[in-house]
Amino acid sequence: MHTVVCIKQVPDSAQIRVHPVHNTIMRQGVPTIINPYDLFALEAALTLRDKLGGTVTVLCMGPPMAEDSLRKALTFGADRAVLLTDRYFAGSDTLATSFALSSAIAKIGETFGPVDIVFTGKQTIDGDTAQVGPGIAKRLDLNQLTYVSRIAGIDADTREITVERRAEGGVQVLKTVLPVLITMLEGTNEIRRGSLADALRAARAGVTTWNAADAGITELLKCGLRGSPTVVKKVFAPSARTEKAVLIETDGRNGAQMADALIAAILDRNPALDADLRRLSAGF
Amino acid sequence: MKKELPDRFKSYKHVWVFIEYEHGHIHPVSLELLGEGRKLADKLQVELAGVLIGGDVDELGEAARACFEHGADLVYRVADPVLAHYRNEPYTKALTDLVNTYKPEIVLLGATTLGRDLAGSVATTLLTGLTADCTELAIDDERSLAATRPTFGGSLLCTIHTLNFRPQMATIRPRVMAMPPAVPGRSGRIVDHGLDMTELDIITKVLQFIPDRDTDKAQLAYADVVVAGGLGLKSAENFQLVKDLAGVLGADYGGSRPLVQKGWITADRQIGQTGKTIRPKLYIAAGISGAIQHRVGVEGADLIVAINTDPKAPIFDFAQIGIVANAVELLPALTAAFRQRLSVHRLAS
Ligand SMILES: Cc1cc2nc3c(=O)[nH]c(=O)nc-3n(C[C@H](O)[C@H](O)[C@H](O)COP(=O)(O)OP(=O)(O)OC[C@H]3O[C@@H](n4cnc5c(N)ncnc54)[C@H](O)[C@@H]3O)c2cc1C
Ligand SMILES: Cc1cc2nc3c(=O)[nH]c(=O)nc-3n(C[C@H](O)[C@H](O)[C@H](O)COP(=O)(O)OP(=O)(O)OC[C@H]3O[C@@H](n4cnc5c(N)ncnc54)[C@H](O)[C@@H]3O)c2cc1C
Repeated sequence: MHTVVCIKQVPDSAQIRVHPVHNTIMRQGVPTIINPYDLFALEAALTLRDKLGGTVTVLCMGPPMAEDSLRKALTFGADRAVLLTDRYFAGSDTLATSFALSSAIAKIGETFGPVDIVFTGKQTIDGDTAQVGPGIAKRLDLNQLTYVSRIAGIDADTREITVERRAEGGVQVLKTVLPVLITMLEGTNEIRRGSLADALRAARAGVTTWNAADAGITELLKCGLRGSPTVVKKVFAPSARTEKAVLIETDGRNGAQMADALIAAILDRNPALDADLRRLSAGF
Repeated sequence: MKKELPDRFKSYKHVWVFIEYEHGHIHPVSLELLGEGRKLADKLQVELAGVLIGGDVDELGEAARACFEHGADLVYRVADPVLAHYRNEPYTKALTDLVNTYKPEIVLLGATTLGRDLAGSVATTLLTGLTADCTELAIDDERSLAATRPTFGGSLLCTIHTLNFRPQMATIRPRVMAMPPAVPGRSGRIVDHGLDMTELDIITKVLQFIPDRDTDKAQLAYADVVVAGGLGLKSAENFQLVKDLAGVLGADYGGSRPLVQKGWITADRQIGQTGKTIRPKLYIAAGISGAIQHRVGVEGADLIVAINTDPKAPIFDFAQIGIVANAVELLPALTAAFRQRLSVHRLAS
């Protein structure tokens, strides 16, 4: 079983700051991490390898420094890492990203053996679109399994795979045939710590680095800004609301009095709520 | 940047909303999008169409009525037994065939698990742009869709255009747009379109659908009243105070993201940027600081009430009513006061 896990290096977004005057994103000095959602995909791939044998290749498109994230993935136990990096990829939207990644996955298949499963995370914490997984599936003509909460079984002979996927209002149990693309749901597993041997191997291992040509990409018009139909016209900070909350007086009041004052203020502000609350509290 | 729209796209006209129809009912987000789509169509002076895909022609006909009442001028209907349950392959084919045949300029979908699964495939097949999770849609001076979405966990907004490709596609989360009022009796026309596919062509099979049990189904997004707690409650035991108040009010309950990480509440009860967007008539937040990622999920509430010990907490910047108090003490008092008030009413009526 050969699986490819796509991981993105993202800014640790809790620490992203916005330039107070220019409203631009200040990335300098912001630490980067593996997109947290991708660790669920990586662990799912490693678990499958433990059970069925085979190899796990991690793939990342990004600037040269994204190598750090790939090395980190090797310490968790991935077998091979591929960094796709080229200035032609700069400014890619999800359509251009899925083109570059799917080309690289095809090349990985040619170079290291056919790919049975491509894993991605559910979404990233920066772009946050959840569109790259379906984009890769479509371009490589893989059966698409999104929001997967459990891989229930794989039959190595028939190549059938059964999964549970989170759907609206319930869980869908789907059966399809490899090769597939899986976007793994968060909270479905916990990334392993990785062994000392893995850490040593990761420190020594080479990360395969490909530019566009190495990945077999000749249609450069499909890459980067030029290959991106979406155009970001402006970036701005949400406007602050000028109106501040009306504060309920608390001095000299006990809990019951505060509660009464609060309820009075709520109903004063929105008298129609009285009827709503009566209806709801009666269970309708 | 702006180039002339290529000739092959110039005939693309009209606004479409993909109507999510499953298990016998329409997902409310689709009706919300008809409301928003109506505004865009009026601005562009074009028609608004709903796209209904499913297994049963008559059921879809019923659903089409609801679309007309919520603002659609027409409905494109693709009915075929292989479309009875959502599957990516046949739905992608149905929607892309429709787009290639009838050429809309804008296609909107709900940012649900189904909508996102489908939108990514369709946009990639059509090689057009797709803007995710929009919070605001507008038409600019050049008839182009300006789609605004939060990014970097909500700390910034950006406006995205698809200038040189058609259709312009976008997904929008449930509850971000207001539900338009239904106009009973408003009608429209249905255009039927075939699906050139049989069960043998489709590799993926649905073995089973396990509906969520009602008891664990959080209906947060559509609740009229929501009570939520944050880290200020200090412990999982104290979170019970939130549930108690919600119980008395007939409300649903939720919390901030750290509570999910601590295991005090389940992930489907997280409110905010990476959780649910809510739009209740009343939202009571206890011990929540009001970080931007939380704020973007609750701003659509009619009335926000905040309980926090810190008068400088950012939640007081967007709540309408606040009280600087210890939530662990105030919540039981509030529950008791509401219980008394509501039971008095019940006796009286
Ligand atoms: C503020 C902002 C807003 C944006 N809005 C849009 C938009 O609305 N529409 C649009 O088309 N583009 C948009 N983009 C561009 C988009 O973020 C990039 O195309 C990005 O390369 C991938 O999209 P994502 O981060 O949303 O990934 P998602 O689609 O959320 O990622 C899903 C999975 O795909 C894999 N993956 C994604 N990127 C990589 C990578 N570089 N290397 C390896 N694996 C990867 C990961 O497994 C990930 O979990 C936006 C970018 C920014 C900065
Ligand atoms: C990419 C990203 C996505 C995120 N998505 C979400 C999301 O969807 N939803 C979300 O909620 N967060 C989200 N967050 C996290 C968010 O940034 C905040 O960290 C989080 O909302 C804070 O939770 P809190 O208000 O419960 O805790 P805190 O920020 O710790 O606030 C606790 C508050 O309780 C008050 N308090 C203390 N004691 C009491 C008391 N006895 N009575 C009353 N008040 C008291 C304090 O004054 C304080 O204001 C996200 C973050 C990132 C980086």
